[in-house]
Amino acid sequence: MTQQQILVIEAGKTEKHYWRDLWRYRELFFFLAWRNLLVRYKQTVLGIVWAVIRPIATMVVFTVIFGKLAKLPSDGVPYPILIFSALLPWQLFASAFGGTGESLVANAGMISKVYFPRLIIPASAVIVSFVDFLISALILVGLMIWYGYSPSLRMFALPLFILVTFAASLGAGLWIAALNVKYRDFRIIAPFLLQLGLYASPVGFSSNIVPEEWRLLYSINPMVGVIDGFRWAILGGDTQLYWPGFLLSLALVMIIFIGGIVYFRKMEKTFADVI
Amino acid sequence: MTTVISVENLSKKYVIPRQQKERSANLREVLTLGAKRIANQFRNIEESDPYHEIFWALKDVSFDIQQGDRVGIIGRNGAGKSTLLKILSRITEPASGRIKISGRVSSLLEVGTGFHPELTGRENVFLNGAILGMSKAEIKRKFDEIVAFAEVDQFLDTPVKRYSSGMYVRLAFSVAAHLEPEILIVDEVLAVGDAQFQRKCMGKMESVGNEGRTILFVSHNTASVKTLCSKGIVLNKGEMSYYGEIESAVNHYHGQVNMNKNQISWDVDDIDTPGNDNISMKSVSVMPVKGTVIDIDSGIEITTEFINKKANRSLDLTLKLFTIDGICLFATGIVLSSNEDSKIGCYSTRVEIPAHLLNSGIYKFTLIFGESQKYVIYKAEDIISFEVEHTTTGRGSNMNRAPGVMRPSLDWTFECKETDK
Repeated sequence: MTQQQILVIEAGKTEKHYWRDLWRYRELFFFLAWRNLLVRYKQTVLGIVWAVIRPIATMVVFTVIFGKLAKLPSDGVPYPILIFSALLPWQLFASAFGGTGESLVANAGMISKVYFPRLIIPASAVIVSFVDFLISALILVGLMIWYGYSPSLRMFALPLFILVTFAASLGAGLWIAALNVKYRDFRIIAPFLLQLGLYASPVGFSSNIVPEEWRLLYSINPMVGVIDGFRWAILGGDTQLYWPGFLLSLALVMIIFIGGIVYFRKMEKTFADVI
Repeated sequence: MTTVISVENLSKKYVIPRQQKERSANLREVLTLGAKRIANQFRNIEESDPYHEIFWALKDVSFDIQQGDRVGIIGRNGAGKSTLLKILSRITEPASGRIKISGRVSSLLEVGTGFHPELTGRENVFLNGAILGMSKAEIKRKFDEIVAFAEVDQFLDTPVKRYSSGMYVRLAFSVAAHLEPEILIVDEVLAVGDAQFQRKCMGKMESVGNEGRTILFVSHNTASVKTLCSKGIVLNKGEMSYYGEIESAVNHYHGQVNMNKNQISWDVDDIDTPGNDNISMKSVSVMPVKGTVIDIDSGIEITTEFINKKANRSLDLTLKLFTIDGICLFATGIVLSSNEDSKIGCYSTRVEIPAHLLNSGIYKFTLIFGESQKYVIYKAEDIISFEVEHTTTGRGSNMNRAPGVMRPSLDWTFECKETDK
């Protein structure tokens, strides 16, 4: 240590060095993400295979119920692919949202004993979900080869939609995580929201079956825009994006994301005292 | 000498729920009370809120610490020691006041923070190092040294959940001991691990101090504070009551433990009376069994009087005897009611410590009231201290104080076989 670091602690004055600290603690972020990955499938027999089984099982069930029994239209796309292209963002959202929501309480010991920008914990929780997402994406590639379905150039827009999914899950997750510290009620609410969300979002069906006059209202669920975006990018061909709805969803995602960070930052100071 | 830590008028408050004196009997009352409470929360009423009270964990604490100082922070439970460390380590924010710290700080409020049971020793070293603020390169460089210090080389690739608790603590402390901060803040973490390893850690900490680093060390154990620190801060109920040389700080602290008053009694209605909803202390006394002075030969009679406030439970009392430096000698107890048949009212207990058991010195004790020999319902910490005086009479004694905390009078025999000439 050659240069002298001077630190001033005063009530309500942590703001100044927060973002600089976040950068300084980036290695901790990687370590926590790495820990979450290592721990994920420890002491399971099937290990990483679980990341393959779960999406495939969901796809099979949804294909049978929505495609075969309910005979919902699939816009000329093989039903398994229609479902999988939506399952991809939904599972990323669900697991990232669930993971971040629980992350603070799960790491309570660290929070009450060590200083670091708390934002690192929920942010590192998202990484595990991303790895599962990549595995699922490989399954989709396999499915598309199986059905001889060729993607279009829109595929290149996919990273953008992935970012939107991240923003949605981290944003909503930050709210839940911060609220969870004080009110553990949100531990019960979060899984319940996810359960409802799976059916409220167009995962098992195409959002084209929603009547035109209700589409904008339907897009109040931000995941509608995200899933439509994924389908638009992956399926290509005739799939059209309902722009007003998509933009509405996008705007809501941004509000949730920024609001989540602001609220988290505001509550962060009291975490160690109430957790 | 440069000032590395400067603390000015530091305060920290907690808002805690006030205990309700009267229990609301019917649902409607409960609901209206609840509604009022919620309404108050929205209106952000703090001062006049009847359901919460403000507890000052630290009040107007100011001090400066010079580079290379080793400062021990002593005080009873709840005196604000841990709160002070938490604020200095930036885990929690102060309510008011200002701290200026120059230099790289590492704080160690717990060993093994963030250790994950499923991960191997190797993985946990990296994780814990990162949590304590080391960079990956730094951990890699020190890795072999850390493992050697912890003596766990064989088990590096075993998940730490399969470690013995000793191995776990050694590994955890070893990571922490290899931090290289300019200022080290340590809470009572040395109380873990076996005696040999504790000494090794103390040695490591002392060498850290000799390299010109500043150390802040919290402990109940005034003996270890004395060996490790050069200066001491005494906290009492959130306020700093002494700051100076370690010897005088420790003496000041001992002065707070009802020193040499061999009998104390309390008024039931007084707010300062030790007690809670379950128990309220009435009196404690320490008297010689024989004669007028407590000494090695006299035997010691300890009597307590307290009021039990709840009926129909299994009540027990444990007395834990310590040297004034905080080394526990023994615990002894009595079951006051075993079939959930305790009575509301005044209990008095009497116990005798036989003569020729304690050596001369100053002792203190803590009374622990328990339920069903499982739960602690009240703990009267360091309630009284007393001195056992040295005597020169009796078997096996000499003019000077014998070493050790005990001086039992034991029956020796001997025989001698003379070698044939």
